[in-house]
Amino acid sequence: MKTSSDTARMPVLARLRMRFKRELPYHLFLIPGIILAILFCYIPMIGIVMAFQKFTVFKGWFDAPWVGLANFKYVISMPRFGQVMFNTVYISVLKIIFSLLVPIIVALLLNEMRNRKMKRVLQTAMYLPHFLSWIILGGIILDILSLEGVVNSIISAFGGQPIGFLSSNTLFPGVLITTEVWKSFGFNTIIYMAALTSINPDLYEAAEIDGASRWRQIWHVTLPGIRPTIILLATLSLGNVLNAGFEQVFILLNPLVMDSGDILDTLVYRLAFNQAQYSVATAVGLFKSIVSGVLIAVSYYLAYKLADYRIF
Amino acid sequence: MNYRMDGKKIFTILNYLFLIVLGLICIAPLLNTLAISLSSASAVAMGDVLFFPSNFSLDAYAFIATRSEFLTALNVSVMRVIVGSILQMLVTFISAYPLSRENRDFRMRTVYVWFFMFTILFSGGIVPLYMQVKTLGMLDSMMALVLPTSLAVFNIVLMINFFRILPRELDESFRIDGAGHWTLLWRLYFPLSLPAFATILLLAMVGHWNSWFDGMLFMNQTENYPIATYLRSIIVSFDFSNVRSEDAALLASISPRTTKSAQIILATLPILCVYPFLQRYFVTGLVLGSVKG
Repeated sequence: MKTSSDTARMPVLARLRMRFKRELPYHLFLIPGIILAILFCYIPMIGIVMAFQKFTVFKGWFDAPWVGLANFKYVISMPRFGQVMFNTVYISVLKIIFSLLVPIIVALLLNEMRNRKMKRVLQTAMYLPHFLSWIILGGIILDILSLEGVVNSIISAFGGQPIGFLSSNTLFPGVLITTEVWKSFGFNTIIYMAALTSINPDLYEAAEIDGASRWRQIWHVTLPGIRPTIILLATLSLGNVLNAGFEQVFILLNPLVMDSGDILDTLVYRLAFNQAQYSVATAVGLFKSIVSGVLIAVSYYLAYKLADYRIF
Repeated sequence: MNYRMDGKKIFTILNYLFLIVLGLICIAPLLNTLAISLSSASAVAMGDVLFFPSNFSLDAYAFIATRSEFLTALNVSVMRVIVGSILQMLVTFISAYPLSRENRDFRMRTVYVWFFMFTILFSGGIVPLYMQVKTLGMLDSMMALVLPTSLAVFNIVLMINFFRILPRELDESFRIDGAGHWTLLWRLYFPLSLPAFATILLLAMVGHWNSWFDGMLFMNQTENYPIATYLRSIIVSFDFSNVRSEDAALLASISPRTTKSAQIILATLPILCVYPFLQRYFVTGLVLGSVKG
C-alpha cells in the first residue's frame, strides 16, 4: 500500500497510470451495462432522426429522404391530435391527484386502527393488485364491467338499468382513473405507513398533554411528519403528466370510446403498427419524449431541492 | 366527556367498516373471476355467480389443458423468467458495485452515472426501439424479451443504495487483506446484500412474468408469445373455431367467459405463490429506495 504522500511525490503521468490501473476493474464491470444501454437506449435515441425523414421499412435510416418538420406539421394538422392531447393530460392529471390523495387518507385511517393483525391482513389485500399485470386486471375489469358482468348484475338486482361502463365516453375516463387508483393505492399507502411509523411517539404524548384533540394531533403532528414523503411523491409524479398509462388504456380501449380514451401512446402505436406511418409515429413519440424528459428533470430537481432526494 | 367517548367509538366502528370494505374491493374482482372459472357456463350466463362457484365444474381448466397454445406460452414465459431474471440480476449486481464507490475512489463515476441517468430521462420511443431490435435480428427470438429488460436502471439504484449503507470498514479490511474485486463481490457484497438481492430478484421475476407488450411488439409468430401476451390475445378475442371434435362435448359446459377466467386465474397463480415473499422483502426494498444516495 502506498500512502497519499508517496503518490503526491510521483510524476503526473505515473500517477495517472497508477490511478488508471486501480480504477480499471470498475470500468470493466460497467461494460455489460454500457453495451446494453447503447444497444437499447442510445441507438434508438439516434433512431429518432426518423421523425425528420420519410421513413419506409424497405429503405432504412440511411436512404430515407429528409423532410424537415413535415411530419410534425402533419401531426398538428391531424383532427384527432388536439383531442388526444387533451385526453392524455386530463386522464393523467386526475390519476396523479387521486393517486396522491387516496393513499394519504387510507394510511391515516389505517394508522387509527389498533388491531395489528387486522391491519396487516387489510394491507395485504390492498396491495395485491399492484403486483398483477394490466393484462390480468384488464381481463378481470373487462369482465366485471361488461353488460353481463357482476357489477351490472348487482345494478339490475337493485332494479337499475345496466350501464355500459366501457362503451360510454362520459364514463370511460372515470373507469380508467378509478381502476388505476384501485391498482396502485395500496402500494403507496405502504410508503406513507412507513413514514408514519418513523414519527416520534413523544410528539403525540406532548400534544395530548397540551390538550390537542385527535384531529388536531393529525393536523399538527401526523401530517407535518409525513410532509417530506408527500412532497417527494408529488414532485416525482410530475414526470408522468404525459403518461396516461399505456398498458391500461391499450387493453381497455375500444372503438366506442376512442373520443375520450385515445391517448398519445395509443396514437403512436396505431400510427406505427397498424398504419405503418413510422415517421409520423416517431414524431409524436419524440414530442412526448422531450416534454416528459424536461418534466422528469424538473421533478428530480424539485425533489432534490424540496425533499433532499437524490436518485444516484 | 361521555359524548366525546361515544363519538370516538362511532368513528372506530366506521373506520373498521370502511377499511374492511376497501380491502374487500381490492380482492373481490379476483374472487369473482375465480368463481366464474369454477362454474358451469350456464350458471355464469344466468348471472348466478358472485363470489362462490355455482354448479361447480372444472371443465374450463380441463379444456385449457388440451390447448397447446396455452402450454407453449407457459413454456416461453418460464424460460424468459429464468433467463431474463438471471441476466438482469447479473447486470444489476456488477453495475451497482462500481457506481456505489466514492467519487475519489472512482473518478469517472459521475460520468457513468449521467450516462445511465440519461436513459431514464429520455427515450427514443417504441418505434426506433422496434427498428433496432429488428436490425439486430432479434424479432421472434427470446433475446428480444430478455436483453432490453436486463438493464434496469432503477434496480441498479436500489442496489447502489444498499451497498452504500454497508459498513465501509468491512470493505477496507477485505482490501487490506489483499482481496480482489471478485472476491469482494462474492464474499462480502453478495452475502450482505441478500435481502436487497432477494427483493430485486423477485421484482425482476414478477416483471418478466407480467410483461406482455414486448412480446406483442417483437414476436410475429404466436407460438413465441409469453403467457401475458397470449392472455391479451384471448382477452381481446376468443373463438372456438379450432376446437377438436373430441373436445366438442366440453363445449356444453364451458364458455368464452369461463375459459378466459380460468386462464386469468392460472396466470395469476405464480404471482400469488411468490406474494408472501414479495411482501416480506419489498418493504425493505421500499425503505432502501428512499434512503438517500
